[in-house]
Amino acid sequence: MTFAAAAAESTNVGDPLLNIGIFGGFVAITLVVVLRASRNNKTAADYYAAGRSFTGPQNGTAIAGDYLSAASFLGICGAIAVNGYDGFLYSIGFLVAWLVALLFVAELMRNTGKFTMADVLSFRLKQRPVRLAAATTTLAVCFFYLLAQMAGAGGLVSLLLGIDDRIGQSVVVAVVGALMIIYVLIGGMKGTTWVQIIKAALLIAGAFIMTVWVLAIYGFNLSSLLGAAADKGGEAVLSPGLQYGLTGLSRLDFVSLALALVLGTAGLPHVLMRFYTVPTAREARRSVVWAIWLIGIFYLFTLVLGYGAGALIGKDTILAAPGGVNSAAPLLAFELGGPLLLGLISAVAFATILAVVAGLTITAATSFAHDVYASVVKKGKAGPGTEVRVARITVVVIGLLAIAGGIGVQGQNVAFLVALAFAVAASANLPTILYSLYWKRFSTRGALWSMYGGLGSAVLLIAFSPVVSGAETSMVQGVDFHWFPLTNPGIVSIPLGFLLGWLGTVTSRTLENPQIAAEMEVRSLTGYGAEEATKH
Amino acid sequence: MSQHTPQCAAPLALMAQGDPMSNDAPGAATREPITDFEQAQASEPFQRLKRRHRSFVFPLGIAFLVWYFAYVLLADYAHEFMSTPVIGNVNVGLILGLGQFVTTFAITTWYVSYSNRRLDPLADEIRGDLAAGAHSDGGAR
Repeated sequence: MTFAAAAAESTNVGDPLLNIGIFGGFVAITLVVVLRASRNNKTAADYYAAGRSFTGPQNGTAIAGDYLSAASFLGICGAIAVNGYDGFLYSIGFLVAWLVALLFVAELMRNTGKFTMADVLSFRLKQRPVRLAAATTTLAVCFFYLLAQMAGAGGLVSLLLGIDDRIGQSVVVAVVGALMIIYVLIGGMKGTTWVQIIKAALLIAGAFIMTVWVLAIYGFNLSSLLGAAADKGGEAVLSPGLQYGLTGLSRLDFVSLALALVLGTAGLPHVLMRFYTVPTAREARRSVVWAIWLIGIFYLFTLVLGYGAGALIGKDTILAAPGGVNSAAPLLAFELGGPLLLGLISAVAFATILAVVAGLTITAATSFAHDVYASVVKKGKAGPGTEVRVARITVVVIGLLAIAGGIGVQGQNVAFLVALAFAVAASANLPTILYSLYWKRFSTRGALWSMYGGLGSAVLLIAFSPVVSGAETSMVQGVDFHWFPLTNPGIVSIPLGFLLGWLGTVTSRTLENPQIAAEMEVRSLTGYGAEEATKH
Repeated sequence: MSQHTPQCAAPLALMAQGDPMSNDAPGAATREPITDFEQAQASEPFQRLKRRHRSFVFPLGIAFLVWYFAYVLLADYAHEFMSTPVIGNVNVGLILGLGQFVTTFAITTWYVSYSNRRLDPLADEIRGDLAAGAHSDGGAR
């Protein structure tokens, strides 16, 4: 089947060749940048943390590029277009969450850690068990998130390139995975960061152009835009309740999701790792400030784009298009600027997936090589160069697993995986991070109970929830083994994670070394002895 | 490719000076004298820094979480109230939602200015003292 024929059958909009061409341009430019950036990849600090040489604004832009996944661009635009206000609720949770990172986590993490979340968590506790637990939760979060992104890539293909058949989609997933492996393998953290910076700039610029365009149509009057959306989609789109307000259970489910969103961000390992790419805690703070402004402004754009798509395209057309809800933003781009703008937005959407999976892969590989291999397996005695070599091998393995997983879950409803990643980050990572930074008595047992308990309960509750079995949209059809009524485990697993951390600590008899606890506290607040930028 | 084996960010107190195992960041902390961190922690300037930091971030953190969850619960359970029109088609729900953006930006700006004025100078001072060996036991173990 030719591209053109497939496009005529499926999307009826845009020119797939143009979409591919613009995306090819993005790949070519970023590859050159990655190659240039890779020249100085010598030490572990270069490969894992880009030599800690990025500035706050650069890193903040990269964080925005890392964080604004396809789910938040296409997903939120579509959710607002179809469900109105409830889509907006999502984006607010994603934004407010950054205050937790800014106030409690970013600078203190930067001051005490080196490459990974486990560096900080194991600082004053027993090295090996805590490091292993932190690496486990890191890998779990990265895996869930990565699988969701790769599955999303397959879905995007049918929408943007008009490739509907399974083989075609699998090929595209493999291409995305292969590109990601190349970026991360060659470029390391530096290359990944530049891909994210370029992607964030393109994404925000594209959304800005479309936002101004939509506003111009309505005379730069928000009220008339909302009025037009309400005329087309019904008054209800302007008020909360369309998606979550149906039953008491769905309302409770939203509270559970809101908890995971607002507390999960500061525990996402790929976000935390970005704090190590800047030279000082002050730059880490500036990074978060930049990220908050960019992400906040972007979500304000999505509000306009979502209602704009609702008004100009209409809910029914969006839901009928291939890709469903996710097609709102691309369809709006086509409506406004024809094939060229659609091509740009499609390329940005692909770039988004590529940048996010690259960030996840380097995080997972670093955690495996640094925490599991060098510290736990080799007990800190890995030979020179072997750790980075292990990291590079891990990148390839993770990339291949992601490709296999992305192909395997095609056609399955795996949208819950992103929410699960946030829930695990909030239940397993955040309690331990906060306790170890702010609670003097916190002990190894508390850390282990909290991390394994938070991870285990979140995964267990999801496994026995309606997203896996027992509902029309479940992943597994035909059997029903669900007993947990909600689709988001956060409301149970997050308090449980905090409770277990406390309980494990107050019941443990062995006291941790107060000298190291003092050192951690002094270093975390003053930045004394913090890892410095490498000089080339 | 040659690089030194990176270790965990090992606590300085446990690290022998000049130990080759921890120097993938040249000029990093390992060459500095062994510091008595318990003494540094108990010192007045550090306690002042800790107080300033916690007395700012904890109340503010609790405040924005309460405000966020108040908003979430209103959006979830008070549909009537949220759909009250205010100006044209803009209703209470949209204004409160945009209010979340405004408070997030405001808290960010406030924290940055507080850090610049009240935290950073003090942290710099303590770090300078530590580097100068104010709480050092003289170096070698």
